[in-house]
Amino acid sequence: MTTMTTPLALPFEVSFDGPGLWYATRATGLVALLLLTLCVTLGVLTTVRFTSPKWPRFVTVGLHSNTSLLTTVFLALHILTTVADSYTDIRLSDAFLPFAANYRPVWLGLGTVASDLLIALIVTSLVRVRMGHRSWRAIHWLAYVSWPVAMVHAFGTGTDPSTVWVSALALVCLGTVLAASAWRLLTGWPDRKGLRLAAATSVAAVVLAGWGWASSGPLAPGWSKRALAPVTHASTVWSS
Amino acid sequence: MRYRLRVNPITCEAHGMCAELLGEIIDLDPWGYPILGSDAVPPDLVGHAERAVVSCPTLALILDRSSHARARA
Ligand code: HEM
Ligand code: SF4
Repeated sequence: MTTMTTPLALPFEVSFDGPGLWYATRATGLVALLLLTLCVTLGVLTTVRFTSPKWPRFVTVGLHSNTSLLTTVFLALHILTTVADSYTDIRLSDAFLPFAANYRPVWLGLGTVASDLLIALIVTSLVRVRMGHRSWRAIHWLAYVSWPVAMVHAFGTGTDPSTVWVSALALVCLGTVLAASAWRLLTGWPDRKGLRLAAATSVAAVVLAGWGWASSGPLAPGWSKRALAPVTHASTVWSS
Repeated sequence: MRYRLRVNPITCEAHGMCAELLGEIIDLDPWGYPILGSDAVPPDLVGHAERAVVSCPTLALILDRSSHARARA
């Protein structure tokens, strides 16, 4: 047992053994997903030029930047609690190099891909003024990839998506991003019907594929074995 | 240090963010494109001008700074 008691005699113990960190991983992951959803939506609202007398455009841009920074804060906490937790031996390198972990490698790896994409989006945006608009814009399209990848990661790795309230939350996120994407497709590229139709078709295909995967995979019984989790699951270890 | 504001008319897409954030200097024409009241930015508005520059979605608003009084006269 590696329970550390601090010399300052805090009223609690700092432990890397109990389920505490694992709960923190799940909670911060969900908050990161909510914030990422908000972030994508605000980005779309900027591009479609949403505004109203009570909502000037700079509010949308400002919130978009700030939620993206807040997303990285929760993402960092999500990663640090994952690595610090002693139940799995997920390494810090697994947070940057995808598909090398020994815990649900594919689904954790998709989280890593989403996180790498997010880092690229944030870093380029921080130097946007120096980088120039064109190359920044090209990279910023990756935002539309990071969201679904993070969503699949959440379902493939997460403990909670099978609960009613988390699937409800995921549905709300999906609905929000779909509504935003629809708005984007309806207002953008007015002279390129074929392109918009192709984009709408691929969105629909991704949603259907994701839906089919989620209902036959993570939401069906026996997922932890098929996802290649270690033999004992967190809930059986600490349920006493 | 002198600060001068200009708009790249090719990349500006009439988002109008700049006029919201720097109304003291920037007005919008009927099509939503910015009209600069003056290109010199007084010192007390430099912070607002910088914020308008980073908020422009297409980076069409440009703040030039020069230490020479007549650099781009
Ligand atoms: C944009 C990036 C990411 C987002 C939005 C995200 C979001 C989420 C969400 C929503 C969950 C489900 C939590 C739950 O079951 O309640 C989750 C689970 C998890 N994530 Fe991430 N994640 C991201 C990146 C990462 C990265 C890079 C790692 C690797 C260190 C990671 C490790 C995990 C682990 C281990 C779980 C499982 C927790 C459990 O058993 O419930 N995630 N993530
Ligand atoms: S914010 Fe940028 S794109 Fe919008 S009107 Fe001003 S200069 Fe043009």
